[in-house]
Amino acid sequence: MSEKTATSKPDTVYLFGTCLIDLLYPQAGVATVKLLQHAGVRIIYPQAQTCCGQPAWNSGYREQALAVARAQLELFPKPIPIIVPSASCARMMKFQYARLFAGQPDEAEARKVASRVYELSGFLVDELNIQLHDSGAPLRVAVHTSCSARREMAVANKIPELLKHLHNVDAVEPQHAEECCGFGGTFAIKQPEISAAMVLEKCRHICATGAQQLVSQDYGCLMNIGSALEKQGVALAHQHIAEFLWERIQDRDP
Amino acid sequence: MTSEFRRNATSALQQDDVQTNLNRVVHKLREHRQAAWIAADEWRQLRRHCQAIRENAVRKLPQLLEQLETNLIRNGIQVHWAETAEQANHVVLSIMQRHDAKLIIKGKSMVSEEIALNHFLMQHGIQALETDLGEFIIQLAGEKPAHIIVPALHKNRRQIAELLHRHFPGYAYTEDVDELAQLARKILRDHFQFARVGLTGVNFMIAESGTLCLVENEGNGRMCSTIPPVHIAVTGIEKVVEKLSDIPPLLSILTRSATGQPITTYFNMISAPRQPGEKDGPREVHVVLLDNGRSTSYRDRELAATLRCIRCAACINHCPVYQHIGGHAYGTVIPGPIGSILEPQQRGLDRYGELTQASTLCGACTEVCPVGIPIADILNRLRWDATRQDADCSTPGAGSGYIPAQTALWKLWAWQCTHPGAYRLSTRLATRLRVVLPGYFDAWTNVRTMPKLAKTTLHERLKALGIDHE
Amino acid sequence: MNNARDNILKRLHDYRISEEIPADSDYASHHDWNTEERIKRFSDRMKAVHAEILNATADSWLNELASICSRKNLRNLLLSPHSQWGKQIAAQAERFPPLKYFSQPFEAWKNELFTDVDAAFTGAYAGIADTGTLIIQPSPDEPRSWSLVPPVHIAILEQHRICTTFTEAVARGSIESPLPSNLLLISGPSKSTDIEQTLAYGIHGPQALIVILV
Repeated sequence: MSEKTATSKPDTVYLFGTCLIDLLYPQAGVATVKLLQHAGVRIIYPQAQTCCGQPAWNSGYREQALAVARAQLELFPKPIPIIVPSASCARMMKFQYARLFAGQPDEAEARKVASRVYELSGFLVDELNIQLHDSGAPLRVAVHTSCSARREMAVANKIPELLKHLHNVDAVEPQHAEECCGFGGTFAIKQPEISAAMVLEKCRHICATGAQQLVSQDYGCLMNIGSALEKQGVALAHQHIAEFLWERIQDRDP
Repeated sequence: MTSEFRRNATSALQQDDVQTNLNRVVHKLREHRQAAWIAADEWRQLRRHCQAIRENAVRKLPQLLEQLETNLIRNGIQVHWAETAEQANHVVLSIMQRHDAKLIIKGKSMVSEEIALNHFLMQHGIQALETDLGEFIIQLAGEKPAHIIVPALHKNRRQIAELLHRHFPGYAYTEDVDELAQLARKILRDHFQFARVGLTGVNFMIAESGTLCLVENEGNGRMCSTIPPVHIAVTGIEKVVEKLSDIPPLLSILTRSATGQPITTYFNMISAPRQPGEKDGPREVHVVLLDNGRSTSYRDRELAATLRCIRCAACINHCPVYQHIGGHAYGTVIPGPIGSILEPQQRGLDRYGELTQASTLCGACTEVCPVGIPIADILNRLRWDATRQDADCSTPGAGSGYIPAQTALWKLWAWQCTHPGAYRLSTRLATRLRVVLPGYFDAWTNVRTMPKLAKTTLHERLKALGIDHE
Repeated sequence: MNNARDNILKRLHDYRISEEIPADSDYASHHDWNTEERIKRFSDRMKAVHAEILNATADSWLNELASICSRKNLRNLLLSPHSQWGKQIAAQAERFPPLKYFSQPFEAWKNELFTDVDAAFTGAYAGIADTGTLIIQPSPDEPRSWSLVPPVHIAILEQHRICTTFTEAVARGSIESPLPSNLLLISGPSKSTDIEQTLAYGIHGPQALIVILV
């Protein structure tokens, strides 16, 4: 369990930025830092971090997944929360490390690290009780909840809760929201036809909401859905929830 | 090279009517299931209970099978064991031959599909007639079931009407669902009356009493097990439970998970053939207990959870992949997530290993499984088994997915991710050079644009912002 | 096949994982329904799956039965003159369509059952409120096929024999032990949803189920 007590907010946290955000969407990582700072939290970002190991783990390469995951363990020694701006990577660390490290000499250490992992949106709501003030124009936003967020991490309601703070934002959930967008990591490459059918259907449901903007807690899904929307020429911006929130709360001079 | 699975899936994706029919039925089944659980607490509690029942039954499998056998025999039911599909088929054939029967009427049985009984009997001059409405339709169409409880879900009423009309032109053409059902009733009724042998599957077997339990709505299973002088039940060895009190919760969670019904029309508990003084019921009841690879799963603690399955199809109904490609694409007897963990274990990763990749690991299957089978975790495990080179793995076909070049790539990736300096350097170079990912990603760009690497990495940006690194 | 048996069991015994997992969780019946509530639930569920419920008393049930026979234009009624309820019907045979009874083994009346019988009357051993279910225990007097083959099945059930759930029926011994050669739970007339998940009633079993509650 986390070392935090019910009454006090954590004042310092680790950020695990994820390799996807590191390489493709660093602005989401920066926004995560800004939001946490906005809530009065100090951030430690170990520069030696790389990847949680999920790509290899889900592809059946356990030896490689273990090596990569093991390299992360020692980077987070303090008994403070580890914030992950991705439910998918957070799930890997929080729930799959126990399986990955089962029977290994550092199993106990892995479990300890796992117990300190939080997905960002859940952390903002449950642990920080963050307060946000909307400075943006009226906007309809479609919320995509990743499968990891909905299922193991159980944070599906956190983005809608965060968006409630923003009085000019009308958050909508697309039809069949519980259906996977078809990304699935290497699935998109190994089964491209099925993945394409899935993401195109997801796009149809998102477009049908009439939203001008799409947000999610996972860049894996956003990369999949966003790229498909772009290919179809649909003018519907997609953003990580951290970026979106950070932009909305900036005071804009007229 | 495109695999057979991918070709099948693509073909299903291109058939508009299959897409429409599948989409409609899976969403209906999901709504029905959802409506069956008024209180989420009740569902969770019942699931915990049913998981414990099935887990204990699987753990005690050999003892329960021995107890079951003893009690079945005491009740006058004849017990046959079969290690393989071939042995099971021969058991059925020899019973048919002993009774000089040329026709067998069948209630729904996925095990009979597993052993390809109909085909086998046909080769021996025996006609097998499916009597479940969905199976009857599938048999007329010369197809295999596309689903384990709704075999004809990929067909709409017009297609079914045309099929029946083509085979039975004597009856007036109709697309009315009630009239179609009545048509099947008329066509099959004589067969129920005159067949000498009936065959069914089994949903549960009770070890303490030697009882076979059958779940159904139509009454054809009762017909096949009640009217002919001989009833043969074929079943996998894993269907046994310990005691009668295990049955009510399992039945409740089975029917609600499957179709959202609180109970099916019939729950048929057979403990003996016709007894002295009784006027009807079969004079002989036979049970064929089939292994056919199940005991291999039993060997591995994690994989043994697969044997808990009660064949409700909830995972199939909730699978977004199944929803798009239907059952036939899998090329297996059991499609969908449960099929993708079960078939590779029983038939080999070399044959069905690709099915473990036919999932985004979204977890919808695990979420709805009424006996808590961690389907997504087992898919993940079997992906590992497919690449393993060690000798500790008992899964048939283990290591068959090992590709040296792929392994080398993963090793390179792991080396980079375990050497932070190399990682930082390569990511920085990649972003500076705006590396275009290789053409291998056609699969991605057919329906998507290619994501662009950022100008600078998060590592760099946070360093520039002066964020502490320890 | 003895080899197959021994091989399978040997494999399973060899692999067996010995430790027990914790016994059953605290799952129990969630309902605390009184008799009235049980009757209501039973009736509502039965009606929801197209069964007919006739409420009667020990004095009026014969009237109800006679009226349903004429309403359904039944040409005949199959019953046992030896059963608790059948006796009473047989005693007033003139009020009903021609009564049929089969005293021979099945083979002697199978054809007649399939082609000539309009309706069968049987007793019900118990009922289940929560699912709207009859527990039918076929007997030498009221064989297995009676609740299956004729187009109409009429069953009589005493209100006090309605349990809350199947779990309770098993726990309270509302099911005979040891189990009889055949025990049936019947919840409505036969149905199918195999075409487009659309309900069609009366496929292979009875097209109508009528329950007389006394």
